[in-house]
Order: sequence, then structure tokens, then C-alpha cells
Amino acid sequence: MRPGLFDELLELTLDHIWLCSLAMLFAVLIAVPLGILISRRVSLQAPVLAFANVLQTIPSLALFGFLIPIPVIGGIGRRTAIVALILFALLPILRNTVVGIQSVDAAVRESALAMGLSPWQLLTMVELPLSVRSILTGIRIATVTTIGTATIAAAIGGGGLGVFIFRGVASVDTTLILAGAVPAALLALAADWGLGWIEQKLSPFSS
Amino acid sequence: MTVEYRDVCYRIGDRMILDHLNLRVEEGETLVLLGRSGSGKTTALKMANSLISSTSGTVLVDGKPTTGWDPVRLRRSIGYVIQDVGLFPHYTVQRNVGLVPELEGWPADRIAARTEELLDKVGLDPGLYGPRYPRQLSGGQRQRVGVARALAADPSLLLFDEPFGALDPVTRVELQRQFLELRRTFGKTSLFVTHDVHEALKLGSRIALLSEGRLVQDLPPAEFLKSSHPEARAFLECLN
Repeated sequence: MRPGLFDELLELTLDHIWLCSLAMLFAVLIAVPLGILISRRVSLQAPVLAFANVLQTIPSLALFGFLIPIPVIGGIGRRTAIVALILFALLPILRNTVVGIQSVDAAVRESALAMGLSPWQLLTMVELPLSVRSILTGIRIATVTTIGTATIAAAIGGGGLGVFIFRGVASVDTTLILAGAVPAALLALAADWGLGWIEQKLSPFSS
Repeated sequence: MTVEYRDVCYRIGDRMILDHLNLRVEEGETLVLLGRSGSGKTTALKMANSLISSTSGTVLVDGKPTTGWDPVRLRRSIGYVIQDVGLFPHYTVQRNVGLVPELEGWPADRIAARTEELLDKVGLDPGLYGPRYPRQLSGGQRQRVGVARALAADPSLLLFDEPFGALDPVTRVELQRQFLELRRTFGKTSLFVTHDVHEALKLGSRIALLSEGRLVQDLPPAEFLKSSHPEARAFLECLN
């Protein structure tokens, strides 16, 4: 192995994890409450999901590019990269939150109200526990995608493992490309496995 | 607890679901709302616990309009049993039964004692069935739990919406017998929706017959049998 490569690999891997964690944190904080809101206001559902859908279809490199000229959230660097990753992660979480809440049996919802649960209790005692699995599936899918997409963040100076990949492509150096791609793939697999495990544990029927 | 419908209408678009309903449910009686599908009986029932609001007219519970009640308080003092039961799938049987007492902040030992007492009353061994989940029960057992849950916080009024409609005939008869027994024990005011005239005659102390949103007969079972109203006759013909 080339001298210094290992140290840099470690640094970029941690950087990559940090980038993805931050993006996922914000994506969850935005998408779960928004999903709950639009599961109650059916009229908002189509436009919000359509918007998230459109975001998802923009090629990732293009979205990074689009954001650069926008003031405050744009520019070259990490902040723009995180904003783009958040936008990409919204749809799966949003959709799975809505699906999870809407799949709660109508009779359960009706009897919950008839027993005198307040709307907040209905949400926290019935709807969220029964849709937690679906929501976590959405978060897992979004996380795995984000780890992959985040490699492109290096194109706009966002850092992470993409730095190796872009450098490797520029210098036609396969080792460097692999040094970026393999750890990113391993991270995605680890996240998939770890979040899948949590999903099992938190499932309302696991006991 | 009494329930009174004063000139109650419910309209969806230009379809009249309930057409000027006037009806009073007296303390301690079991009033059966009998009618075909779409006659408005479930709509009338759901107005008593404010799950549906009338388009016009007033529903009074204990002499007070439902619009003047805090809906959460109103519902916690009314037991509710529906055909699809609606037990919380992620709660055990005992937690389902203890739901309203839990919401009302009863101490844990009192909830446990009450749950045990009620499971016993509806014919389920508390030690055996208490720790189970609803999906581990048969339809009849689930509905027994549904009845126990409705009784848990000692409500003064019970609402039943075709509670035994989805059960096999043998289980249905068993649960009807249980219902009569519970009525003897607890003597609560009940509103009972059904389209089964057998059930109406067996369980009701009074039968209110609805047809296309209108109240067309309001009689005790013995007199209902002799009614000459065409809709009543149509139902009575099912007896043969």
C-alpha cells in the first residue's frame, strides 16, 4: 500500500460517515413529521409526494450543480452537499411514513377514538407504534442510497470517500477508485444490516 | 345515562341519511336500532359518542348536547363495541381491556384487578388469555375482549354496532346469552344496532325500526311482533 493512503482512507471514511449521518438526521427530522402531517391532510399528499418524487428523479450530479448558485444553502462545499443529500433522502422516508400510518386498520383507529384517545394519543399510542417498521424501512432505504450518492459530493468539494474516486478517475488510477468505492459499498452494507436489525427489534410484534 | 335525539338530520350532499330523528333512550333500557343496510342506524349510534356530528338537530347525552361535551370526556364515559372489534394489535389482551382505566390514570393494581374481573365475566380465563395478543385469539374470543374493554372503566352507556354480526351462528348465540347475563349484572343503558330481527327481539327492551333514515316504529318486542307496518312485516317475515 502507498504511504499515507491508509491514514487518508480512515479520515475520508469518517468524513463520509459524518456527511451521511448529518444528512440523514435532517432528512428524518423533516420527512417524518411531514409524512404525519400529509397522512392527515389528504389534499396535501399528492403535491408533497410529487415534489419529493421530482427531487428524486433529478440526476444527483445535476442537483449538486443546481444548488451551487443558490444563496445561503448553495456554494461550493460541504453545506451544499448535505442539502442535496437531504433532498434525495426525503422521498423514501416520506412515503413509508404515509404508508405506515395509513395502513393502520380503520377499526383500530375508530375504536381508539371511541375509547377517548386524544389525537396526540392516537398518534403516539397507536399510529406510530404500528407504523414504526414501515418508517424504519424508509430510513434504511434512504440511508443506503445516501451513502452511495454521497460519493458524488466530492465533485462540489463536499469531501468523503468520493475524493478518492474522483482523484482516481482523473489520474486513471484503479487502486484509488477502489479505495473510495469499496469502503463506501461496505458502509452501505453495514448500514443496511444495522438498521435492519433495529427494525426487527422495534417491530411491535417482535415480542 | 340517557340519550335523546331531537329532530336530528344527517345529510351527505343531497342524500338524507337521517331524516328528522326523534328518539329517547331511557336509563337502564336496551334500545335496539333495527334496519337494513343504509337505513341510518349506525350513523345515529355514532352521534351518541360524537364520532359523527349531526347536520341539524341536537343529540343530548345525559341531558347535555354532545356539542357541549368535551369529546374525550364524553367518549371515556361511553363503552363502544363494533363488529370489527378494533383491538390494538400491539397490546396484549389485558392491556387492551385496561386501556380506558389506564387513560384515566387508575393505579396499576386496580387496573389489573378490574381486567381480571372482566375477562372472567366475559368467559375468558385471565391467566390464560390475558398475556396473549389479539391475533392469537378466535373471532369470538376477540369480541369477548371487545366487550370487556368497553365495560372496563364502568361507563354509564354502552354502544354496540352489530357486535356479533361477523361471528358463526353458535358463537353468536353464546355471546348473545352472555350479553343478557351482563345486562342483568350491570344493568347499563345500551344502544344496540343490528339488522338481525332475531337478535333485536332477543336483546332489546325496545325496538326502534329505521327505514331510509326515518324512524318508522318504536315498540317493545312483544308489540313489535304484532306490528302491521310494511317494513316491520318485511323484517318479521325473516323469522319463518
